[in-house]
Amino acid sequence: MQPFTTLTSTALPLRTENVDTDQIIPARYLTAVTQEGMGDGLFSWWRYARDGSPNPDFVLNQPQYQGSEILVAGRNFGIGSSREHAVWALTQYGFRAVISPAFADIFYNNSLKNGLLPIRLPEETVGRLLDLVEEVPHTSMCIDLPSQTVTLPSLDSGGSGEPEGPWTFDIDPFRKHCLLRGLDDLGYLLDKEEQISAFEAAASY
Amino acid sequence: MGKTLFEKIWDAHVIAQDEGAPAVLYIDAHLVHEVTSPQAFATLRERGLPVRRPDKTFATMDHAIPTRIGAVEVDWPDDAATQVRALRTNCADFGVPLFDIEGDIQGIVHVIGPELGITQPGMTIVCGDSHTSTHGAFGALAFGIGTSEVGHVLATQCLMQKQAKTFAINVEGSLGHGVTAKDIILAIIAKNGAGGGVGYVFEYRGEAIRALDMASRMTICNMSIEGGARAGLIAPDETTFEYINGRTYAPKGDAWDKAVAHWHTLKTDDDAVFDRELTLDATALEPMVTYGTNPGQGVPVTKRVPKASDLEDPAERRSLQSALEYMGLTEGQPIEGQHVDIVFIGSCTNSRIEDLRAAAAIAKGRRVSSHVEALVVPGSKAVKAQAEAEGLDRIFSEAGFEWRGAGCSMCLAMNDDKAGEGKYVASTSNRNFMGRQGPGSRSLLMSPIMAAAAAVNGRVTDVREIL
Repeated sequence: MQPFTTLTSTALPLRTENVDTDQIIPARYLTAVTQEGMGDGLFSWWRYARDGSPNPDFVLNQPQYQGSEILVAGRNFGIGSSREHAVWALTQYGFRAVISPAFADIFYNNSLKNGLLPIRLPEETVGRLLDLVEEVPHTSMCIDLPSQTVTLPSLDSGGSGEPEGPWTFDIDPFRKHCLLRGLDDLGYLLDKEEQISAFEAAASY
Repeated sequence: MGKTLFEKIWDAHVIAQDEGAPAVLYIDAHLVHEVTSPQAFATLRERGLPVRRPDKTFATMDHAIPTRIGAVEVDWPDDAATQVRALRTNCADFGVPLFDIEGDIQGIVHVIGPELGITQPGMTIVCGDSHTSTHGAFGALAFGIGTSEVGHVLATQCLMQKQAKTFAINVEGSLGHGVTAKDIILAIIAKNGAGGGVGYVFEYRGEAIRALDMASRMTICNMSIEGGARAGLIAPDETTFEYINGRTYAPKGDAWDKAVAHWHTLKTDDDAVFDRELTLDATALEPMVTYGTNPGQGVPVTKRVPKASDLEDPAERRSLQSALEYMGLTEGQPIEGQHVDIVFIGSCTNSRIEDLRAAAAIAKGRRVSSHVEALVVPGSKAVKAQAEAEGLDRIFSEAGFEWRGAGCSMCLAMNDDKAGEGKYVASTSNRNFMGRQGPGSRSLLMSPIMAAAAAVNGRVTDVREIL
């Protein structure tokens, strides 16, 4: 797993609630037997016209948001299926973090296992971030996992009005530890061999 | 203080709990299918690891396979055939039992697990599929996992999990005629929202739940994930034990008596406290229909599609407006009478023999409307055989429904069963997401009897009028 420490990038605004995993990657991309090729299917229904040409109205196709590694979306992001393909699609396309007021449980877990940082911020804050990146697409955001903060460096330096952020987010300390070091669960679980065998013996499994 | 059913099962399966780390949870049964497993088996190969407990791992094929009767494998689309071949190779190489489409036992993973008696009270059950919550109907802690976690369970029979919070959903009173388990769960999700259960495990309780048969309980638990909860539980009782007794993998003889004695303890203690509770009056429920693009956007069939101006929350308003635009529906329109092009009776939510019997009772002696294409897809080969033994296939065929082989089919349109652009699908499945049943398809989720009534009338119908 690719470690995650800090990330400074522009952000792509997806002002939609309940973005389900079928929207993130439709079932027809699930016929693969490897992880590859998922990036092309990301947001396929919205991103392409039925003839396969790019839909210019969809934010992912707009030139001002190319290269953004942060996705900002409405609440309940990732509802639906357990398909990890949704996370692979996002990471293969180039996203490294998703900010939303709420995530579906399975999507949230799958993200953490692939070095994609899911950041929960209050509805109001996410609304403000969406406003900002829609108005000023080159707004840069800085995500700092060690301090669990999101800041807007471009606004802090000499901007007028009230300074905004930093906003702090919660993350399970263990998951944070794994992300910072790029560790996956498998090694940890394999180390529990003794306890697993003891449990199986005691429960006469 | 007493424990909830969830807490009892959880505590019995935690094998390690290091400070500052998630619990290590032991998994009793792991169900595997062709779509979410190949990359997990690849991880095992890369690391040179065996499947730790092939005897606790059960594989079948359901998502990508064609369901047309007589579809021969050489004519399958390449990608489906490749996935099925990969599953066969993986199961053979790692010693995992496979219920192959070539054999007598095969079907939707959440239909065959219970059917074979693999699913038992008090177990932990996982599968790389979000509708694993279905098995909670037996008082098993069952939830969907991603492909990385499929690899973890294959290799270690364990998962790292954070303990969920508990959420009691009390359904009191009794259901009216023509109102079913599907309507209960659609009403719960409409009330609590598609994200309302995130972080929780539901426990469905109350008189209306106790009165349900196992198929109906599975319908309810199946859609827990649609309410945001990874798992839903119903405490096991005599109905549960009677269902399991005698099935292939069920305990036999003394082991059965011992198991039942243990299963009797699997209920929430009277003095246990849930983190949240919600109560619904079953008596007031009506058949439900979804109008939107998430399962929380549903209304009783006698009611109208909401108006944006009725909603206070701007995000909810936006969500409603975009859903109605996609669905081609008008705010404030009655949902009853809405035109239907396709009817799909099937999926892990509603493809069991009880579902098919109920739908056939509506179809019997009637005809599918001339403009409607209708299909019935049994959940497993066993369901198909039972339905055929009872003559249900003939009732459906004579009424103009197409009778299929077992699989997921148009629930997720991974195979060639796809609804066309803009078509309205009266569907007994679980998700009405945009494009879920085919590019541009518009799903109206409902119960099997409501779907059968929609097929006959060619529009959304209050089934109670023709019962």
